[in-house]
Amino acid sequence: MTRKRETKSHELIRRFRYNKSAVFGLILILFLVCLAIFAPLIALQDPTPSPPKLENSLKPGFWSNESIPGYPLGTDILGRDILSRIIYGSRISLTVGFIAVGIATALGVLIGVAAGYYGGWIDNVLMRITDILFAFPSILLAIVIVAVIGQGLDKTMIAIGIVYSPQMARVMRGSVLYIKEMEYIEAQKAIGSSNTRIIFRHVLPNSLSPVIVYGTLMMAGAILDAAALGFLGLGAQPPNPEWGAMLSESRFYIVSGSWWAATFPGIAIVIAVLGLNLLGDGLRDILDPRLKE
Amino acid sequence: MGRDKSYNIKAGVLAIVVCGILIAVSFSGCMETTPTVTEKVVIFACAGDADKLDPADVTDGESTARTDSIFEGLVEYKSGTADIQPCLATSWNISADGKNITFYLRQGVKFHDGTDFNADAVVFSFERQYNTSNPYNQYGEWAYWGYMFSDIEKVEKIDNYTVNIMLSRPNAAMMTSLAMFTVAIVSPTNAALWKEDAFKHPVGTGPFKFVEWVKDDHITVEANKEYWRGAPKLDKVIYRVITDPSARLLAIQAGEIQGMEYPDPASFNSITSDADLQLLTQPGMNVGYLAMNNGYGYNDANHNGMRDTDEPWVKTPGYFVPFTNRSVRQAINYAIDKNSIVENLYKGTAIVAKNGMPPFMLGYNDDIVDYPYNTTKARELLSEAGYPNGFNTTLWVMPVSRPYMFDPAKIGEAIQSYLEDVNIHVDIYQIDWSTYLEKTQAGEHPMCLLGWTGDNGDPDNFMNVLYGENQCTLGTAGNMAFYNNTEVQDLLSAALQTYDVDERAQLYEEAQVIIHDDAPFVYLAHANQNLVFTKNVQGFVLNPTARYFFYPVDMT
Amino acid sequence: MKWYIIKRLLQIIPVILGVTLIAFALIHLAPGDPVRTMLGQHATQQEIDDIRIKYGLDQPVYVQYFIWLGDVLQGDLGRSILSHEQVTTEIGARFPNTIELAIAATIFAVLIGVVAGIISATKQYSIADYSVMSLALFGISMPVFWLGIMLMMIFGVILGWLPIGGRIDLLIPFHSVTGFMVLDSIITLNGAALISVLSHLILPAIALGTIPMAIIARTTRSSMLEILRQDFIRTERAKGLSERKVIYKHAIRNAMVPVVTVIGLNFGLLLSGAILTETVFSWPGVGRLVVDAVYARDYPLVVGCILVFALVFVIVNLITDLLYTYIDPRIHYD
Repeated sequence: MTRKRETKSHELIRRFRYNKSAVFGLILILFLVCLAIFAPLIALQDPTPSPPKLENSLKPGFWSNESIPGYPLGTDILGRDILSRIIYGSRISLTVGFIAVGIATALGVLIGVAAGYYGGWIDNVLMRITDILFAFPSILLAIVIVAVIGQGLDKTMIAIGIVYSPQMARVMRGSVLYIKEMEYIEAQKAIGSSNTRIIFRHVLPNSLSPVIVYGTLMMAGAILDAAALGFLGLGAQPPNPEWGAMLSESRFYIVSGSWWAATFPGIAIVIAVLGLNLLGDGLRDILDPRLKE
Repeated sequence: MGRDKSYNIKAGVLAIVVCGILIAVSFSGCMETTPTVTEKVVIFACAGDADKLDPADVTDGESTARTDSIFEGLVEYKSGTADIQPCLATSWNISADGKNITFYLRQGVKFHDGTDFNADAVVFSFERQYNTSNPYNQYGEWAYWGYMFSDIEKVEKIDNYTVNIMLSRPNAAMMTSLAMFTVAIVSPTNAALWKEDAFKHPVGTGPFKFVEWVKDDHITVEANKEYWRGAPKLDKVIYRVITDPSARLLAIQAGEIQGMEYPDPASFNSITSDADLQLLTQPGMNVGYLAMNNGYGYNDANHNGMRDTDEPWVKTPGYFVPFTNRSVRQAINYAIDKNSIVENLYKGTAIVAKNGMPPFMLGYNDDIVDYPYNTTKARELLSEAGYPNGFNTTLWVMPVSRPYMFDPAKIGEAIQSYLEDVNIHVDIYQIDWSTYLEKTQAGEHPMCLLGWTGDNGDPDNFMNVLYGENQCTLGTAGNMAFYNNTEVQDLLSAALQTYDVDERAQLYEEAQVIIHDDAPFVYLAHANQNLVFTKNVQGFVLNPTARYFFYPVDMT
Repeated sequence: MKWYIIKRLLQIIPVILGVTLIAFALIHLAPGDPVRTMLGQHATQQEIDDIRIKYGLDQPVYVQYFIWLGDVLQGDLGRSILSHEQVTTEIGARFPNTIELAIAATIFAVLIGVVAGIISATKQYSIADYSVMSLALFGISMPVFWLGIMLMMIFGVILGWLPIGGRIDLLIPFHSVTGFMVLDSIITLNGAALISVLSHLILPAIALGTIPMAIIARTTRSSMLEILRQDFIRTERAKGLSERKVIYKHAIRNAMVPVVTVIGLNFGLLLSGAILTETVFSWPGVGRLVVDAVYARDYPLVVGCILVFALVFVIVNLITDLLYTYIDPRIHYD
């Protein structure tokens, strides 16, 4: 008896399971997502207790005999549990990353599809604009957008979304150009399908792979940039347990011996970004080896 | 055919670079502990850069830290105290009615630019601040004039070395105020030379001369060899800007600097256990507070430092209805655990404040009972006031260390957390320091953190400047709560106009009772003044006014 | 070739103009009246009106844009609101510091990254390969400001080997010539200064250069692998050339092409990273200046910095392109 031929999705899943980095990345991300969703159940303490328990200020964690039970990674200057803040902080970072990429994709798809599909002067103008946006280093552009629209988490998401949209636009455009050449598009045009129909039914679904791959990798960058804005005080406002803000709050206490408050949030960021990078790399190998340039 | 050359070259370059870095690192270690300089230079690290180097036009301690080496006034503080002694004036006479002070000036003193110090210079230094028709008046804000010196009606030259200061009414604090930086004597020739840029080219009579100002990096002053008291022992003082407190500490531990201000209280243990460092500390003449905007200010169109009938009360931009209600303000007092903040955030380097000036000041009312930490009472008061579900507001917070608050951001967050517990939801607002001062002085805040360091050791300098309704001037306010209480102002003005010490004390005590009941502020702490020096720097004496005087300092 | 350069230069112009447009839009989009901000609280209506006329603020927006653009082309970027200095002076004082940091970081990134990538590629699937690639992956996943803090903590606080702030030990006499401290200490033959400057440069350079280093390592590796598989390498091997010669004479040369591109493309990353690194290490560069300017709503300064950053970025890209064509003789741009 011969085996049934594998469907495409079965093949993808098989390739995924054999790609160690993708699997590992997925595990890391799922871990963080669980932390985010189940935060109230997992965290031992309130991340922003009100009133604050200031007497717990700058206590070390499990490695020291001066630690307080229930605060395994130590406390920050205001006596708040670092581990609980990191757990709740995952909500912020993942949300910001996801929405920022969502915005970037929405904008990028709009621009990229328009440029790639219609070509001509539309393409030229739109690509010039993306060139201009590319001329800004990403943090600088984000800082500048925040300077105009104001500080805060929601503004951070918008700012980062705008910053990453040129990249997504390029990806979409490339994808559209590639697909445009394909024969069945010509066929569709020949039988008179409208442009919109072609875009929605053929172009977009076929551009899904690069969007997924780049979206994942971009989310890694978005989380880094969000943390950077938080570090500079331009992102999440106190008392939100945002990882970057936690770093900037605590870095001056290292010199007097309290190193934990500034070390662990950074590790959290590394885990999140690493997971996304691994997943993104893996997805790229699986979905479209062609993209690996 | 032998090894490929390009590989050799690559490896060779890499090796050289790595060796070079290793050598540099090991040498740099040597360099920093045994500098082969023959000059006596104290590098003093400050938390921020000066705003301006014109002593009359500044209100912040960073600027005065520098100008105090360059300028002097008619009188000065005796070492370590707020008592005065002659300086550029050798003696003075106060008239019987207390409204005229005649000063006899020191002769033979020269400014750093070689010009003579004389009555013209004194008149110029004062007149440019109070006389709006003086051509140099436009170059500055002269905020301090309104706080302390508005009773001065006129300063006139009697002869080349005699000056008379005419007051509009007697002022018991005036003599000691004259030792302040605001009325230091500047060179008129220099002012004429630089005009609006004079604040970058300071020329005074002091023990050190200005050399250079590299913005946000350092300001260098060098010894004035012709100083009228004799040249200072130090050759140079370099005020270095190191905003990061960890970097300051590491720098002094490494010997890169010889002195620093604002050490982090959390690091006191490492400082006191370090054999090469000395921690200078004393109770501070300051107060750190949370000010709630009580609502109304006025425009001092007549420039007389008082609210006249033709200057009506207007709403401040930060007007916020709940804070006009005394019960709300008291509730906030009950909601904040000051003891916890002082113990855990100030880490014991301060005492809890229950009044608006520190306990050793004349007229301090120790009988007042502070609001205890009581959240039940707080919620009760809020309900009574009509806010059973609390409300939302914004707390303005400074971005820099202050003598009365090492880390305002953290204290602000702690307060945010305490208020959250009684349903008051607070957002934190932070901007750069100079804009912060500008905007809070204009009353744009609903509530803000701020504080004050005493300038002259006189209670008036706290009570009147901070709590008198005359200081609710929009744009140059000293009264950050914009607290209008005529009864209090009358008490404070009366206290200033009498020389009877007991009478003054009693008037101030009465004022403090009213202020306590009205609760326009939450008084947080009186912080210690702390400086760190390396052991080889001797002779620095802390002054209660938190000003830095380097003249007596020597290095071994 | 010459025409290509000219063509590319012409292509830059609309990009730069676009940047100026965005920068200009910013000053006007930002909340607050810039004139009031500039003059302060006590400005009378007359003073405000005078300034408005002087800066042409009573004109329609597009006219204002051209006036401003004209000023910019003449090198006048306006005055900082806070410090009242010329924006060009403020930026000029700090620009060399940022450039030196960027160059130091790039040298570190290229040296370590390329070597690591080559080792990784030539010993594919070995432990060395996996280690290098894992480290590289960590490298691109680390926030640069956290890395800076960790380096400060380990080498500055715990070990005490290196300083953690400023550019030079202030006790060492130093004379500025070009504004580039490393260069100046060499020119003035000031050994002590050179050592001090270099020791202050190490940690920030490593912090800033780590992410580019990781990217370069990965790119070098994949590029090398690509090349090593190719036919002409097999012919060289068949000819009997030693493995070493094959690798180092031919493979590397060809593999460098995409690496150069990557360095150029990631220069933007370097500039971004510089902003964060300078903040962590209190480095007196343009990155820290722009952050402080944004905090202080000092729009003329912010805009000036944006223009400078964009210009540098665009020029570096152009140089990268040209370098690319020079290295790879197979590509020509007639």
